[in-house]
Amino acid sequence: MTERALLTVRGLSKRYGDRVGCLDVGFNLWPGEVLGVVGESGSGKTTVLHCLSGRLEPTSGSTEFLQRDGSVVDILRLPEVARRRLARTDWALVQQNPRDGLRMGVSAGANVGERIMAVGARHYGQIRGQALDWLSQVEIPRERIDDLPGTFSGGMQQRLQIARCLVTRPRLVFMDEPTGGLDVSVQARLLDLLRSLVADLGLSAIVVTHDLAVTRLLAHRLLVMRGGEVVESGLTDQVLDDPQHPYTQLLVSSVLQP
Amino acid sequence: MTSRDPAAIEVRDLAKSFTLHSQGGVTLPVLRRLRLSVSAGECVVLSDPSGAGKSTLLRAIYGNYKPQAGEILVRHGDRMVDVALAEPRQILDVRRRTMGYVSQFLRVIPRVPALLVVAEPLRALGVGKADAIERARAILARLRIPERLWGLSPVTFSGGEQQRVNVARGFIAGHPILLLDEPTASLDAASRALVVQLVHEARQRGTALLGTFHETDVRERVATRVVSLSEAEAA
Repeated sequence: MTERALLTVRGLSKRYGDRVGCLDVGFNLWPGEVLGVVGESGSGKTTVLHCLSGRLEPTSGSTEFLQRDGSVVDILRLPEVARRRLARTDWALVQQNPRDGLRMGVSAGANVGERIMAVGARHYGQIRGQALDWLSQVEIPRERIDDLPGTFSGGMQQRLQIARCLVTRPRLVFMDEPTGGLDVSVQARLLDLLRSLVADLGLSAIVVTHDLAVTRLLAHRLLVMRGGEVVESGLTDQVLDDPQHPYTQLLVSSVLQP
Repeated sequence: MTSRDPAAIEVRDLAKSFTLHSQGGVTLPVLRRLRLSVSAGECVVLSDPSGAGKSTLLRAIYGNYKPQAGEILVRHGDRMVDVALAEPRQILDVRRRTMGYVSQFLRVIPRVPALLVVAEPLRALGVGKADAIERARAILARLRIPERLWGLSPVTFSGGEQQRVNVARGFIAGHPILLLDEPTASLDAASRALVVQLVHEARQRGTALLGTFHETDVRERVATRVVSLSEAEAA
């Protein structure tokens, strides 16, 4: 396999004074691969996600990103303007609380449409057509296109956020506890939707979650974090079924079986 | 080795133990210096009693368990891949194109209908949706799953129905290597006979099969060779 990694992270650390957010995290993400990052609260998994998605400045490390034209840039050292352009065209962030990822003051259609406009679309009919298409892909009835997200249920809001994120065909999607605040039945529907979208679009994604069942369904590979460090990594089913590190064994054995 | 065909699976000096850190770090050795090879067209049956490590071996070959030592070479296209050392994405590629696995239990995904569960290995190989679904219908019909169930998630199916969905999913893609962990465990005699037939057809296509079968009658009908783990382990 001579394929090149989409993202190469090396020595990523974030310190808050004496406290460690994450320490010396490194991995490759390959095109079409979904990487799950698991650990309990305080393990550093969200810090890693924030450092990669540009919401937090890491203390040290490098993050090389393979651009569409085949060139590689260190996104941590990229000028702000260039980084914002990449964030608009190549990356997307699905947040745990859809209210953080949506604009609550504009309609569902506008939430999806304005992302396409931000990358250059101008034709109103086409924008609305694409928005409608995406609403149906995430199983939101077409007649809700002009409604405000505030009138949607939590599950619908989360699906709308996913449509808003994916409409620009990003090459890398960050997901922060995407099924976090949802009821179990709503979670199952969302997971199934994410699973098929990821497979159909060949998305590369980094999914941070404390829910091991979510990673089994979504992630090809896992990083297990504790105290800011990666303690174990590997194929998802291998890490979950034959965990090697004491902490991973504890995590896996602590899951309640319904 | 008396076999003239090149091996599809070649296990060399495999060692696998489990260390239980939550229980004082006690280590349970399961496999020690195990050697085994399976050629195309063979169906090798592991004969040991339960608890001997048969499932552990199958899972290690599938990349699901991580061995401490040894090599697990599988023929993947025109080269041998060592599953014990391979990167996750290589193992996923081996599973997609080369190696299928039928376990005793179906891992059910909520909301996904049986038809798509069965068609999925074909879709992963790049087979078009309509074609994949047509072949899934054919094999589900053959395994006598009532058509009214095809559009439903197997969550509510009986144990035997789930097991047949599992068998259908395992055999549909015609992988060159198939690992079978008690695929007939909860099946009635008629369904067991269907699985025996599927094994025969797979062998004729040149598939290398390695498995465990609880029932003596099934074992006798599918095995081209019977191996016990204790014999396969070097002294």
